[in-house]
Formats: sequence, structure tokens, C-alpha cells
Amino acid sequence: MSKKETPELNASSLADIAFLLLIFFLVATTMSTDTGLARMLPPIVPPTQDDAPPIKERNVFQVMLNFKNQLLVEGEWCEISDLKEKAKEFIANPADNEKLPEKTETEIPLIGTYMVSKGVISLQNDRGSQYQAYLQVQNELQAAYNELRDELAKVKFHKSYEDCTDDEQDAIKKVYPQRISEAEPKNYKK
Amino acid sequence: MAKFKKGKKNAQQKLNTSSLPDIVFMLLFFFMVATSMKEVTMMVKIKSPEATEVTKLEQKSLVSYIYVGTPLNSRKFGSEPRIQLNDSYATVDDIESYILQEREGMKESDRPKMTVSLKADLDVQMGTITDIKQALRKAQALKISYAARRAVN
Repeated sequence: MSKKETPELNASSLADIAFLLLIFFLVATTMSTDTGLARMLPPIVPPTQDDAPPIKERNVFQVMLNFKNQLLVEGEWCEISDLKEKAKEFIANPADNEKLPEKTETEIPLIGTYMVSKGVISLQNDRGSQYQAYLQVQNELQAAYNELRDELAKVKFHKSYEDCTDDEQDAIKKVYPQRISEAEPKNYKK
Repeated sequence: MAKFKKGKKNAQQKLNTSSLPDIVFMLLFFFMVATSMKEVTMMVKIKSPEATEVTKLEQKSLVSYIYVGTPLNSRKFGSEPRIQLNDSYATVDDIESYILQEREGMKESDRPKMTVSLKADLDVQMGTITDIKQALRKAQALKISYAARRAVN
């Protein structure tokens, strides 16, 4: 032992250890990110202050869902697949129909003056309706807004809504504000 | 000829595996970073409804979860939909204090950004959901998200 050599560390088990950890994390991982439909609930109204300003009938889009998961839209039967088109027509009111919501001229940055509709979507559901049906209705209404916003983005900014900058998105949101109001819960069945 | 002999001797050359740990560690770190551990043990069965217009939930630390579904142990707890908060069953009345408690645990600046993710089974009746929504309104937790899977077209 005249020549001292530092003994090499045996690192062959390092791979095993790393593999063990790797497999643990592989198994424990859930990659799915949480997705969902984002909504804002209305703040609670004090009971004394229930004289909310009346909204004109033409400005309200009534959507009702009963305990059999059937839809009543503006007093008419409706299939869930037709809801989006009806909602789009209501929100945009392209032909300035008398029965569809009024519009007011509004100054919007980046876009200029634009006739913004006063329409409100009112959604009522029975306590007995199924969560999935309710979510589907919410989804269709959201889809209507998203499609309208996307169409406007293509016309005004020549790109899809998702590609727009934050300022542009805000401007578009001002043209098509998402107004979905949910009625205070009622029980129709009893 | 000497050349060939040498080659034959080293035919059974050992594979150099010294970079194997490095590669494995790289993978390991990836999974460690990408992993999100399940925060709670699920006590209710939830089959998320599907939707096409879903958006991602940002900033997981600002999200509180409310689970609604039929109990997994239906023999013990029945088959009526139940609400789960953290690791135990709860009633609608508990939601308000749960939200307040969650809000306490957040930084002051983050509190307005707090989101409640409602994870409900697709068969749950809206009555339960409506009660939860009313409780959330009482607790001033107005930003909510209905958890849904992205529908595959």
C-alpha cells in the first residue's frame, strides 16, 4: 500500500434508489388539472331591499329546467341542442328585433361605439333537476357567449378570442358581458 | 493479426451505465414537480359531468373544494348524496364555517381571489347544489367553479 488511491464509491445502487422513487411518484401522480365552469354567485340581498329595478320583458331570456330535466325557453319547449342558437340570437339580436333585447350605444376602448345589448339570461331550476342537466344548460349558455365573443374577435381583431391580448379580451367582454342571473331557489314540485 | 485478437477479447464489453442514474433522476425530478398529491381521501363517489366550455383552475392554493356524491361506504352511510369537506362528511350548515376557516388560512391579499370548486356527482339533485350555493353566498365566497371534465368530441 505504498500508493494511496481514493477508493471509488460504488454508485450502482444509486440507480435502484432513484428508480424506486421514480416509480413511487409515477404511481402517486395525478396529472389531471382541475377544470370547470367558472361562475360568480350574486351577493346575498338583504331581505328589506327586494324592490330590484324591474327589467323589461324583452330584455329577459327565460330558461327553466324542471325536475324531469326538460327545458322551457321563453315559454316554449326546447331541446338542449337548440339552446345555444337561441341564446346567441337573443344576446346578439342581429336584426334589431322588437321582441329581443334593446341596445344602448356604448363607447368601448379599442372597438369604438358599439350597440351593447341589455339582455339578461335568467336561469331557473327545480330542486329535483339533475346536476348534469343543469351543468349542460350552463355549458350551452357559456358556449353561446364564447362563440359570439370569438366571432367578434375575428371581425375586429382578425384573430380568435383566445389569441387576443388582455385589453382586447376586456373590450370584447364589454360588448358581450356575461349576464346569467339565477333566480332565488324555488320548489315547483311541491 | 494482433488487431483482431484484441477485438475478440473485448467483444463482451460492459455497457457503461454510469449515466443511468442521471437519466432516472431527471425523470424523477420531473414527476416530483408535476405531481400533485391528493389532498383528501375521497369518501364520496363522484363522476364528474362533462362540458365543452371548461376553463382551467388557476392557482391551486386559492381553491377550496366541496365534494358532493353518494358515500363510498353505502352500507354504513346510506345512498343519499352527502357533502364532504376535508376528510369528513358535513352538512350544509358546516359550509359557512369551512369557508371562513379556509379563508383564514390564506394571505390577506389572496382572500378576494379565493375560488370554491364544487365537485359534484352528475346524478346529484339540484336541491343539494342550490343549498350549497346559498351557503356560499352567505359566506361571501362568490367565485365558484363547477368541476367538469372536458368533453371529447
